[in-house]
Amino acid sequence: MSNTSTAAHHAASNNRKWAIGFTIAVLTVFIINQFILPSAPKQVVEFFNAWFSLTSMAEIMVWILMALGLNVIVGYAGLLDLGYVAFWALGGYVAGWLMSPFLSQFQINFFGNPRPGLEMGIHFSFFFVLILGGVFTAIWGIIIGGPTLRLKSDYLALVTLGFGEIIPQFMVNGGDVAGLNLTNGAQGIGGLDDIKFLGYTIGTFSLPEKFLMISMLAGAMIFFSIRLRDGRLGRAWLAIREDELAASMMGVPLWRTKFASYAIGAVGGGIGGVAFATLVGGVYADRFNFVISIIILSMVVLGGMGNVWGVVVGATVLAWVNSVGLVQFGVVINNALGTKINFPSYQFLLFGLLLVLMMLFRREGFIPEARIRMVMNEEKLEDEEKITDETKIASH
Amino acid sequence: MARLNTPVMLKINDITVGYGAITAVKGLTLEVREGEIVSLIGSNGAGKSTTLRTVSGLLKPKTGSIEFLGERIDGVAGHDVVAKGICHSPEGRRIFPKMTVDENLDLGAFLRKDAAAVKESRERVLELFPRLRERINQKAGTMSGGEQQMLAVGRALMGDPKLLVLDEPSMGLAPVLVDLIFETIETIRKSGVTILLVEQNALAALRIADYAYVLESGHLKLEGDGSKLADDPAIAQAYLGG
Repeated sequence: MSNTSTAAHHAASNNRKWAIGFTIAVLTVFIINQFILPSAPKQVVEFFNAWFSLTSMAEIMVWILMALGLNVIVGYAGLLDLGYVAFWALGGYVAGWLMSPFLSQFQINFFGNPRPGLEMGIHFSFFFVLILGGVFTAIWGIIIGGPTLRLKSDYLALVTLGFGEIIPQFMVNGGDVAGLNLTNGAQGIGGLDDIKFLGYTIGTFSLPEKFLMISMLAGAMIFFSIRLRDGRLGRAWLAIREDELAASMMGVPLWRTKFASYAIGAVGGGIGGVAFATLVGGVYADRFNFVISIIILSMVVLGGMGNVWGVVVGATVLAWVNSVGLVQFGVVINNALGTKINFPSYQFLLFGLLLVLMMLFRREGFIPEARIRMVMNEEKLEDEEKITDETKIASH
Repeated sequence: MARLNTPVMLKINDITVGYGAITAVKGLTLEVREGEIVSLIGSNGAGKSTTLRTVSGLLKPKTGSIEFLGERIDGVAGHDVVAKGICHSPEGRRIFPKMTVDENLDLGAFLRKDAAAVKESRERVLELFPRLRERINQKAGTMSGGEQQMLAVGRALMGDPKLLVLDEPSMGLAPVLVDLIFETIETIRKSGVTILLVEQNALAALRIADYAYVLESGHLKLEGDGSKLADDPAIAQAYLGG
């Protein structure tokens, strides 16, 4: 028994360390951008804007939100979802509909914060929209998951792949749905409201505050991810991932449990969608493509499926490489060698290479879940142990 | 040993079960009475595991019915069967290899809400299998076959079953361990749990059984008191290796 409690204690202190690290990282970025950079020398400002631009930092937080959502589906329950971008799109459009002048046939203001002159349309409070965005995507998770989760995993992957194509296509073509302009087509919906927090407006240009706000959302997502994994539902997912038949024999309702992972995982995408829409001030259908689904999946796989902090690191690294890392490395290398290589265009070559290398040399991810790492390392010991154990019992 | 004169707990009534075009069990009828050990024996492919899987709700019979404590359970989902009090220790053990012994036991009690009662069950299981207490924080997949079998039975007991279904508990174990497992099965019965046992080790299974059924190619071939069947020369020749 004492061993169990030390193991739990160890896990808790480990979580605390990571949580403190995350908080410090977020506060550092915030303080540098809010207080130091405005009065810093020009070169310093340029360096930060090139390598660690605040936009890219805020986007990292959005990716973390979504990667953690997908982690519930892929990492916890072991279901392969290749169309996660659909949830991002759905969340984004909820923000587009409920926080902008777009649906001008209505004029509703529910603790909203419309920009001056754009009071028509629906204006809900950002926090209310977050909840609605989460609920809306969860409902879509249920609609998609209901019929498909009875399928074997390969078929599920194909259905989600289709779903990830259909929803964004619908958004592109949704400018005229039986005469109704639902999505404003390829132009998308712009002019989203500013966030209002405790009576304080976070405007278009108050990026440090926006960053802090999205970081807090990511922090909350991390917290819920950990709680979820350690709870009853988390154990049921783990059991299904290890042995579906045995899980059923323990009384785990298979379909309902998978269903829960799909609906809960979808919420991460929805909240990420709302957060991203408010970050860029609009939703644009052409951003939601298949590649996004694959990038989010790579974040989960690279970081270490199922491990919350691993996924956070995976999302941070890939999102950073994606938005500024590759560009900046390209500039440095091109300057040094006098070449003109377009580095960002090799993005997917790099991702593909990275994934192949991971599968070859470090399948469990950068920071694997303790459980998986232990089993992988214990494999060699196993045989020896078995023999000695068998003799021990026999003499017992 | 002879059949007990207690109420019928499980009644399988003329079931036919198959996988697609293949029929694995044809017109099987059997019953398990409260407090009994009932053994189901037969050679490979006789339909034993199919029968157990049908009882556990993993398969649905094409015809016939299954009643547990007077309630129809055929076609009921697997997890609902567990909730009614039938717990299954599956063939091949199927413990969760990456989880610790403790976590495995914990999952056995997945549907139970009363924490105090679960703790009591856990204590009873660890008394029954002291080896598990020693290994409580070890990953189950790293244990020996015998220990894994103990865990599979212990995990099923964590569900507080009225009927414990054991599928090939002696498979692949050293003879000393086989004896230990069969002794434990009798201990479990004494604690008030009814047992339905499927075994290839027919002699041991017949000896501890109050009543036994012999399956052959999906049909019921013979039934009778366990000890009588154990002494039957025809049985001995067919299933007990002469």
